[in-house]
Amino acid sequence: MDGEGDVAMTPEGLEWKFSQVFGERAAGEEVQEVDIITAIEFDKTGDHLATGDRGGRVVLFERTDRIDEGVHRGVVEAMDCSSSQHPEFHYKTEFQSHEPEFDYLKSLEIEEKINKIRWCQTSNNAMFLLSTNDKTIKFWKVQEKKVKKMCNFNLDPPKSTINGFISSSNVPASSKTFVTNGGCIDNPLNFRSNSLPFRGITSLHLPTVTSHETSLLAKCRRTYAHAHDYHINSISNNSDGETFISADDLRINLWNLEISSQSFNIVDMKPANMEDLTEVITSAEFHPSHCNMLAYSSSKGSVRLIDLRQSALCDTHSKLFEEHEAPGSKSFFTDIISSISDIKFAKGGRYILSRDYMTLKMWDINMDSGPVATFQVHEHLRPKLCDLYENDAIFDKFECCLSGDGERVATGSYSHLFRVFGCSEGSTEATTLEATKNPTRRQVQTPPRFLRSPGNSSHGGLDDINGNGFDSTTKLLHLAWHPSENSIACAASNSLYMYYA
Amino acid sequence: MSMVDEPLYPIAVLIDELKNDDIQLRLNSIRKLSTIARALGEERTRKELIPFLSENNDDDDEVLLAMAEELGVFIPYVGGLEHAHVLLPPLETLCTVEETCVRDKAVESLCRIGSQMRETDLVDWFIPLVKRLAAGEWFTARVSACGLFHIAYPSAPEMLKTELRTIYSQLCQDDMPMVRRSASTNLGKFAATVEPSYLKTDVMQIFEDLTQDDQDSVRLLAVEGCAALGKLLEPQDCIAHILPVIVIFSQDKSWRVRYMVANQLYELCEAVGPEPTKTDLVPAYVRLLRDNEAEVRIAAAGKVTKFSRILSPELALQHILPCVKELSSDSSQHVRSALASVIMGMAPVLGKDATIEQLLPIFLSLLKDEFPDVRLNIISKLDQVNQVIGIDLLSQSLLPAIVELAEDRHWRVRLAIIEYIPLLASQLGVGFFDDKLGALCMQWLQDKVYSIREAAANNLKRLAEEFGPDWAMQHIIPQVLEMANNPHYLYRMTILGAISLLAPVMGLEITCSKLLPVVVTLAKDRVANIRFNVAKVLQSFIPIVEQSVMEKTVRPCLVELVEDPDVDVRFFSKQALDAIDQVMMTS
Repeated sequence: MDGEGDVAMTPEGLEWKFSQVFGERAAGEEVQEVDIITAIEFDKTGDHLATGDRGGRVVLFERTDRIDEGVHRGVVEAMDCSSSQHPEFHYKTEFQSHEPEFDYLKSLEIEEKINKIRWCQTSNNAMFLLSTNDKTIKFWKVQEKKVKKMCNFNLDPPKSTINGFISSSNVPASSKTFVTNGGCIDNPLNFRSNSLPFRGITSLHLPTVTSHETSLLAKCRRTYAHAHDYHINSISNNSDGETFISADDLRINLWNLEISSQSFNIVDMKPANMEDLTEVITSAEFHPSHCNMLAYSSSKGSVRLIDLRQSALCDTHSKLFEEHEAPGSKSFFTDIISSISDIKFAKGGRYILSRDYMTLKMWDINMDSGPVATFQVHEHLRPKLCDLYENDAIFDKFECCLSGDGERVATGSYSHLFRVFGCSEGSTEATTLEATKNPTRRQVQTPPRFLRSPGNSSHGGLDDINGNGFDSTTKLLHLAWHPSENSIACAASNSLYMYYA
Repeated sequence: MSMVDEPLYPIAVLIDELKNDDIQLRLNSIRKLSTIARALGEERTRKELIPFLSENNDDDDEVLLAMAEELGVFIPYVGGLEHAHVLLPPLETLCTVEETCVRDKAVESLCRIGSQMRETDLVDWFIPLVKRLAAGEWFTARVSACGLFHIAYPSAPEMLKTELRTIYSQLCQDDMPMVRRSASTNLGKFAATVEPSYLKTDVMQIFEDLTQDDQDSVRLLAVEGCAALGKLLEPQDCIAHILPVIVIFSQDKSWRVRYMVANQLYELCEAVGPEPTKTDLVPAYVRLLRDNEAEVRIAAAGKVTKFSRILSPELALQHILPCVKELSSDSSQHVRSALASVIMGMAPVLGKDATIEQLLPIFLSLLKDEFPDVRLNIISKLDQVNQVIGIDLLSQSLLPAIVELAEDRHWRVRLAIIEYIPLLASQLGVGFFDDKLGALCMQWLQDKVYSIREAAANNLKRLAEEFGPDWAMQHIIPQVLEMANNPHYLYRMTILGAISLLAPVMGLEITCSKLLPVVVTLAKDRVANIRFNVAKVLQSFIPIVEQSVMEKTVRPCLVELVEDPDVDVRFFSKQALDAIDQVMMTS
């Protein structure tokens, strides 16, 4: 599986190699809308990866290369791969997190699309995660459960049954392969209506458990609903382990993980008169270690840092990070392209990475005069902003991520490309990779690429970063960096590609 | 043989259902665990049932919660105290599950069992369990461990005690904030069992670490620890160690910590005693009353009276009253509301002169507050201020406020004021009441909202009780009976309700002469709902009216209603007739 990728040589840069792909598209295969990946997230250890899709499903992957061979040898062998140094993941399980709903009061459809996934603290070998669509956040527990065959009941004839599974809520209704959670549900005797003549109960005994097979079961533990009037764009766990925030276009709410019936509004940007609305919240994240600090970004290109200690309703920020446009450079698109689509704290919490349409910016929370670094991602598109505006591509929300050591940053682009930049002092590293099995082929060879432009001919004359044809429908929005190693997972429509260096 | 079968059958069902697919059946079986145990006998319960439960612990939370609760009272079924330790293993696993309420219940049950166990058994079984949990791989086990130390510690030998103290202090420095929070919450209980010499050294060190934790959620739990520890320490130690912490907390950067201090300050004052309260805590409290954060002011405002009570009137006048004045015009309605709910209590503390001079203007401004909750809170505590300044001074400003509330747009506000009317009536006296409030009480009977009409009827009853039947006969009954002819059937229904409530208070004579005729007339109402309510009211008259009246008036009326075309009317009149017959039979 490895070794197929070519090597990208950049000065002091990393050599990115292809590692794995899940859900690869065969040539000419139509992409099912529901299969498009809309969220990617590694857990804290990096041993698990979760993806969410448009169809409301959450798929979990587990790292296999480091896990005790004794237990998972079978799995590794089944995958027919030689042991290697880089992270290898295998499909673990999937479950239906959200279903399409209809809000009858507002006459609005609520899509099942997963907007964000966040991992929570593991305990008792169970994995916990939060997933959200536009309106409702759910808290999931995924755990190996023993499938118990019970027998030796007092009353029934020797007949065994499998106990403890209610699988209906979790089995995805998709044609993808998946491990069923339940196994056969074979309703045992209903003793209440049992008319069997009973004879000779002379002694009592407890049923015995005869089988210890295990199966993965995902269970929705809590549902945090009815707290958002607008679409939720972010959720983020607090370092205190008991609270999390959810942000929509105008408000940020604070929840206790254990209480789903109430939340506290901590930021409210809604003006008294909606006509005065000039700015919306686009993303929000808690500081990785200071439980009282959180940052949120806005459509006006600013990042605000707030301190929850200051007051209950944090409408006044403690720090504001924004870059002032050079006078005279303002155009019709200035406001649109300065809108921040994603922010991420670096591991230590001192730096914040923000992504707007054209650039990645790194901010030091101790310096609010301007970003400490700016990386050009889409500068080559500047002449084409008009076309991008026409087909709405200018509103695409690209995510960004940082490596665990904070040395590099990455973000997506069009034509299934993504870029990795070195952000340490003096680094000039800037690599462009394509989410295919051969991530660097565009740099090595530049073949004329046939563009599939389904029923939409407006992208004809556009070029991508490497001067190739450019297709704004094949955008790479979601990607995540492994928390401790140089490994990136990114979503190219319905496929999950993984690379390592 | 069959003699044995019969009682065993239901037990066999219960046992089998412990593993049924239907959670309700499993839950039911767990709830009847004691029945199963009795049938199995003590020995088999110990050797089979309890191990069975220990193994099968990956059930739904509801089942686990029920199991944790049942096991807490299971000592008699396993053979008494000497075998109590067999209950520990299943509870130990329940202490590690991730659902908080299950863990809490398991800890509670463990504490309950542990507090009954023999000392040697505690050392042999309970303390090792605590140590295992405290060293647990997952934070859930360690969180649970914190709640068990106060049971384990007293019986431990000296060596083990030292170890337990060390383990506890490690838990307070755990990587997981959840564990530190649990350790912080349980510190007071644990400290109460620790010897005074170690209290000053080990426990205070632990406490000091917790107060400097960088997680707000841990620090604010440490605030509660202040009061608990303060009560355990000698006064001088308390002043030396606890007081500075309280003062620092009251200026903490996090409003949530200051909020906790504001809530707890009264208890903290008790812990440190009067002198330091005056010198250190009064300034701290004044700061909290003037805090930037409304939530903190709300908490502080709610404690104004409690706090003033432990101060001398001079100090209260000098330090607290100026703040109260500011708070009465606070920008947050919730602050004013919190103040309004307790400010009345300051009157007895300040005495009559100061109350009239200083407090009365504040009352009056709060009574005119634009926010109904504030006004309501003042009115609800009126009896307290009446005792100090007398009603005359108040009544002039009171009445407009009451009238305004009585006609408030929000029916909940109207409901609240109605509920205070009997209290007001008792304070204001008959004379004042007749003039001003009588009309209002009648007006509510015709409110658009059912709850208000219902409350209004109830109010009349309570007024009748307060002022006596004679007064009611003059001021309530005529008006009420007049409304029985209201063209709207819902209002007629309200009147029926009021009549049935008033009858027991008014007594036999008035009921028969005044109320009963009206009810009988309504039996001919064209609306069926009225007619069956007449049947209900007549039934309620049974204990009040005499037998002769019953036979002469009530029964014929009901007999007629039994033939009613409406099925509900027939049902209720039949029910009433049956009730009459029953009374006849017994008498």
